[in-house]
Amino acid sequence: MTATTTRTPSPALIVLFWLYVGIPLAVGIWETLLKASALFH
Amino acid sequence: MSTEANQNGFFSKERITAPPGFNRWMIPPAALAVHLCIGQAYAFSVFNGPMTKLIGIQQPAPDDWGLPALGWIFSLAILFLGLSAAFAGKWLEEVGPRKAMFVAACCFGGGFIVSSIGVSTHQLWLLYLGYGVLGGIGLGIGYVSPVSTLIKWFPDKRGMATGMAIMGFGGGAFIASPMSVALMEHFRTPESMGVAPTFLVMGVLYFISMMIGACAIRIPAPDWKPEGWTPPVTQKAMISRNHVHIDQALKTPQFWLLWWALTLNVTAGIGVLGQASVMIQESFRGAITPAAAAGFVGLLSLANMLGRFFWSSTSDYLGRKTTYGIFFVLGAVLYFLVPGMGASGNVALFVLFYAIIISMYGGGFSTIPAYLADLFGTRYVGGIHGRILTAWAAAGVLGPVLVNYIRQYQVDHGVPPGQSYTVTMYLMAGLLVVGFICNLLVRPVASHHHMAADTDTAPMAASLAPQK
Repeated sequence: MTATTTRTPSPALIVLFWLYVGIPLAVGIWETLLKASALFH
Repeated sequence: MSTEANQNGFFSKERITAPPGFNRWMIPPAALAVHLCIGQAYAFSVFNGPMTKLIGIQQPAPDDWGLPALGWIFSLAILFLGLSAAFAGKWLEEVGPRKAMFVAACCFGGGFIVSSIGVSTHQLWLLYLGYGVLGGIGLGIGYVSPVSTLIKWFPDKRGMATGMAIMGFGGGAFIASPMSVALMEHFRTPESMGVAPTFLVMGVLYFISMMIGACAIRIPAPDWKPEGWTPPVTQKAMISRNHVHIDQALKTPQFWLLWWALTLNVTAGIGVLGQASVMIQESFRGAITPAAAAGFVGLLSLANMLGRFFWSSTSDYLGRKTTYGIFFVLGAVLYFLVPGMGASGNVALFVLFYAIIISMYGGGFSTIPAYLADLFGTRYVGGIHGRILTAWAAAGVLGPVLVNYIRQYQVDHGVPPGQSYTVTMYLMAGLLVVGFICNLLVRPVASHHHMAADTDTAPMAASLAPQK
């Protein structure tokens, strides 16, 4: 196998990447919960 | 292209092999970046209404497309999801996850762009080809591409790792649905429903997001293992240290028992998901408004998504076979009890029971890759996972047909709509009992199916080859 050319990501980049996928998902879940609250009114 | 260029190219496995000390927590968001995009499929129905009024705008014109014709777009996408996952799995294991994710991004993003042209020129076949065929291939390759990589990065938490990615597929609709509605609203004019530019923007956005995942994905070095983790000395019977070739896996009874277990678990869930809104309104006639029913559908989608993470993570501690056993036993009990909740007017328990059922539907999808890795080893798990996803296509037909036709038969024979789901629920409970038996029969794979060490094809007679 040839030498790897990839680098280890910094912790800040990992946190940023998690926020990139997590924030839109959290917003979508929050909006769904707001709609679901109509079920118990 | 030369062999050396292939070995060192942007997409090569060598290029994406992680160096020592690489933080493996970079990999789940890379997988999520793909799965959150392709999970848009669950929200495709938001386009159906607007696409029936592309010419008439205010109301459907005679030349506008009807819902049955539009329904084929999604059906084709699911069909090609299953076919591409089944046939591309072997190729995926050879080329690695980055190239597979790139192809998935091109197909899924490109499918939207072709569909945009189809809407602009009002050519329905371009939507079948775009979102249906191209998009479906993107769905299938994108779905399976990060799974085996995650299993290799998290040998100590296989279930949790795959659960994180496959949770993204369940959660993609939470992002896509409001985004699609907002974009159509933004592009809408008195002469246009805004669907074509929405498809174009979504195609570009999804391509970029999936490429971010493709650029970030890494595979571990062959001898890598998590820091401080050593493989257990006493191996559990249901977790193999050997590998089974993708083609050989289809010759084992374990593969087909799991195929049926997955089919029956998905059948029981998918029929309910498709009818959830109508079912709760008919079960609690007058008490549940359409808005509240939409909230119920949203809650089930949430249970589907969270169940994917919860159950697959739990399976790391309980074992895959026990976890699947819980799906079938608890699912059958809940299906048996749920008509009573409808009859007694207990909305809270009705919702809770269905939320648990749908969480186990999602859990079935997310636990199956780790179950396959335990039985067949990790080398070809991506391809074997792709092939077992044909169960999804089978259940996609079986589930809605059972729920819809049995309900219609009941209504036609004078059963009140509110009670017309009772027989279906009992039938679902019965299907889950059959699934329980299939799961119960799963045993470790016989040693003659195992691959010899350092070969890609030949099964070996002895089964003592150490894990690579």
